[in-house]
Amino acid sequence: MTKTIDRTVLENAIIRFCGDSGDGMQLTGSQFTTTSANLGNDIATFPDFPAEIRAPAGTVPGVSGFQIHFSSRDIHTPGDQPSVLVAMNPAALKANLSDLEQGGLLIVNTDAFSKVNLKKAEYESNPLEDGSVERFRVIRIPITELTHRAVAETGLAKKEADRCKNFFALGIVYYLFDRDMNLTLEWIEKKFKKRADIAAANRLSLIAGYNYADTTEIFTTSYSVPAAALPKGKYRSITGNQAIAMGFVAASKLSDRTLFYGSYPITPASDVLHELAALRHFGVKTFQAEDEIAAVCAAIGASFAGCLALTGTSGPGICLKSEAINLAIMTELPLVILNVQRAGPSTGMPTKTEQSDLLQAMYGRNGDSPLVVMAPATPSECFHYGIEAFRIATKFMVPVILLSDGFLANGAEPWAIPSSDSLPTFNVQNIAAHAPYQPFERDPETLARGWAVPGTAGLEHRIGGLEKADITGNVSYDPINHEKMTYYRAEKVARVAHDIPQLEVYGDQDADTLVVGWGSTYGSLLTAINALNSNGKSVAGAHFRYLNPFPVNTEAVLRQYKRVIVAEINTGQLDFMIKGKYNIATTPFQCVQGKPLYVSDLDKFIRLHL
Amino acid sequence: MTESTTLKKKDFQSDQIVRWCPGCGDYAILSAIQSVMPDLGVAKENIVFVSGIGCSSRFPYYMDTFGFHTIHGRAPALATGVKLANPDLSVWMITGDGDGLSIGGNHLIHILRRNVDINILLFNNKVYGLTKGQYSPTSDQGMKTKSSPDGSLEYPINPIRIALASEASFVARTYDTNIKHMNETFKAAAEHKGTSFVEILQNCVIFNKDIFNEVYDKDVRQDHMIHLEDGEPLVFGSEKKQGVFFDGVSMVTRALEEENSPAGLMVHDSRKHAPFYPNLLASMEFPQFPVPVGVFKRVERPTYESMLCKQIDVAKQKKGTPTLDSLFQAGETWNIV
Ligand code: SF4
Repeated sequence: MTKTIDRTVLENAIIRFCGDSGDGMQLTGSQFTTTSANLGNDIATFPDFPAEIRAPAGTVPGVSGFQIHFSSRDIHTPGDQPSVLVAMNPAALKANLSDLEQGGLLIVNTDAFSKVNLKKAEYESNPLEDGSVERFRVIRIPITELTHRAVAETGLAKKEADRCKNFFALGIVYYLFDRDMNLTLEWIEKKFKKRADIAAANRLSLIAGYNYADTTEIFTTSYSVPAAALPKGKYRSITGNQAIAMGFVAASKLSDRTLFYGSYPITPASDVLHELAALRHFGVKTFQAEDEIAAVCAAIGASFAGCLALTGTSGPGICLKSEAINLAIMTELPLVILNVQRAGPSTGMPTKTEQSDLLQAMYGRNGDSPLVVMAPATPSECFHYGIEAFRIATKFMVPVILLSDGFLANGAEPWAIPSSDSLPTFNVQNIAAHAPYQPFERDPETLARGWAVPGTAGLEHRIGGLEKADITGNVSYDPINHEKMTYYRAEKVARVAHDIPQLEVYGDQDADTLVVGWGSTYGSLLTAINALNSNGKSVAGAHFRYLNPFPVNTEAVLRQYKRVIVAEINTGQLDFMIKGKYNIATTPFQCVQGKPLYVSDLDKFIRLHL
Repeated sequence: MTESTTLKKKDFQSDQIVRWCPGCGDYAILSAIQSVMPDLGVAKENIVFVSGIGCSSRFPYYMDTFGFHTIHGRAPALATGVKLANPDLSVWMITGDGDGLSIGGNHLIHILRRNVDINILLFNNKVYGLTKGQYSPTSDQGMKTKSSPDGSLEYPINPIRIALASEASFVARTYDTNIKHMNETFKAAAEHKGTSFVEILQNCVIFNKDIFNEVYDKDVRQDHMIHLEDGEPLVFGSEKKQGVFFDGVSMVTRALEEENSPAGLMVHDSRKHAPFYPNLLASMEFPQFPVPVGVFKRVERPTYESMLCKQIDVAKQKKGTPTLDSLFQAGETWNIV
């Protein structure tokens, strides 16, 4: 029997899959992402990893989530609140229910709501029965049992059959949003090539989920989200960590220099090490050091010897690296330091995002120790800044700190794949031997000293962390010289401002209120400001990618507005810098909950201050 | 390597005034290194000296090669970066007992086990010199210093044993009052492919004056030291009358009888594949034992940088010359038309 399906066309939807960390929610989410991206939707994702690697099954700390926002329009965030929540067990429900939008669709695996599991999730009574879920449209499905039945013919053991239930859930959601299953079916075949039984079980489970939703008519409405009008071209889905790793490799190719990456594993930066370690065929030299200090020091050694030198970590690692970063500042060697920020202080919340290392990047070292600070605003921008950081570092012979964060690092979005011809070229030159060679003679324009690489006859010289005499580079305790060198180091960084783009204003330029942010909050800010503008509210936005130095027009831009709101995920770090530098009264908007800024919160706040 | 044969000792002396205290053992070490350099057949521009912080770590400033005076304890990591970036360089690392065994102890362990082809010279003067005389990790327990007026509570560690425990592939000891021995030891270290660890007994005339005199003073040297030489028996004493024997558990010394090769007399072999042997030697400490100097251990093991370069070569062979475009387009892609 064929029936016509009535589908409500939506502009966009937000789904969150959540379950135990062993339930395969990240996989389910990324499959849905790939399929939707292929359908031409714009997408933004937000994986929310559990804090523990394997917390006791069924407990709240073990819950893993994956949110995907897909749209027929251009979107910039993974969305505040999901409109559909798929909860595979009570703990997942407990951890995520408060985020589901009022009247949202809740799909639960009722089989998991046993007494034992309720207890593990610390539920006093069954939330499916005590009225806790009344505000939502609840679809109760015995997913475990149905999965077992669907895969029975494969003869898989119970435990392995259990593992297929994420595909059943995915099948349901594919039906609900009218997605084609083929890409996932192909993926299953490829992934489980060596385990035909598991491939078959996952396939059966996926199809059974889809068919179950179709034939049982559990959904009174189903939806479709048409393709977005994205610019033409070839796309792939990309996370910030992937993008930044590719940016670094691109920098290496473009400048014809070996990329050296010294790193020590740390969440959420380790994936950059994994990405780069797999690229030995690009000549990439990765070095997993014994600690954070060794990682940065090895990078400085590699920089001295002529490599594009990189070290990457998260906030706690930067604390350990700070002395060595100062050595790079003092010896004026190019070095890129990637900080994939996470919630701090101390160990903080390693899997949660935050923007609270800006002042650390700016000032967290002894002495007057200026360096360049940049922050990409989207996962795909990470690619560009991977190149840009090296361009600046080598041109000015200066360390550059790149501030990414957990949200950018793990969030995915479609990336219009660039052609390598379209990338900027930059030339990096070792200086040639000349007499007399002076280690601290400077380029008059950039103030950079020359990169005199071992192996070049006639350039033998000594550098180190002690103050150096201007020009000769000999150790010097001369007071006037120290002052001069201090100003050189500062002026060199200041001059970077002439080499970077100006601060751009978006939204309603003539507004009275300007909202500024930096780094990963761009998507939320842009979305909030665009929405306010389309609702007739006059507000403008400006977003910092360069934090030190600020773009040359920064003060002029800020002074054009009566009110400047500074929005960030910390207790006012950019705000402090703006106030300190320009003495401008600002209105801070802050949120430090280990998650991205919500558009709805921004909307409310900005309206209050118009 | 072309012109290097014509280089002289003075070619390795920089124009900087050497600023160690008059009489410091560092002068002799510097002089020994500068005189060994021309014999290594390496062009000056391919030599890099890396140091940490401390009196000894001023060393690079006095060498007319490439040099990097880094930060406290981190020279092993920095030197590793230099060598991995350019394996053709001859990299030397200068450290001390404080720099290398205290603040930088962790890095020292790891460079040794990785076997990066770097020559490490650890100047052991059993005290902190630059910070003016506090006890160090190699100071004797009970040593009275400004930071230990009632005597240091800490038990000392033995650098050679640390190196052996860290799986160093070349371990040696020399001393600042014997230029010839230093020269030979440094040359052997340079020849070794892999991390070479050399402890140098060094006299700090200001804060730990003549601490090694009871061991290496000309008058007692014969009795209180053993000069290790491959193939030679472990004998010492003014007229070589004492021998070192292995009693099944540890080393013992006893007077030699008249016979030529008494049973159980140890014969030195730095290449011996018996991990306990260099450890036994290392455990010989004064005054119970004469102090061994020379090469304790040398074994061949692939260097870290050679394995890294090999991985890169293999990856290139397997995957061909990669283009950025192929990297960007790897994985799932789709077209918007
Ligand atoms: S303090 Fe000791 S080790 Fe340092 S330079 Fe003076 S004598 Fe040499």
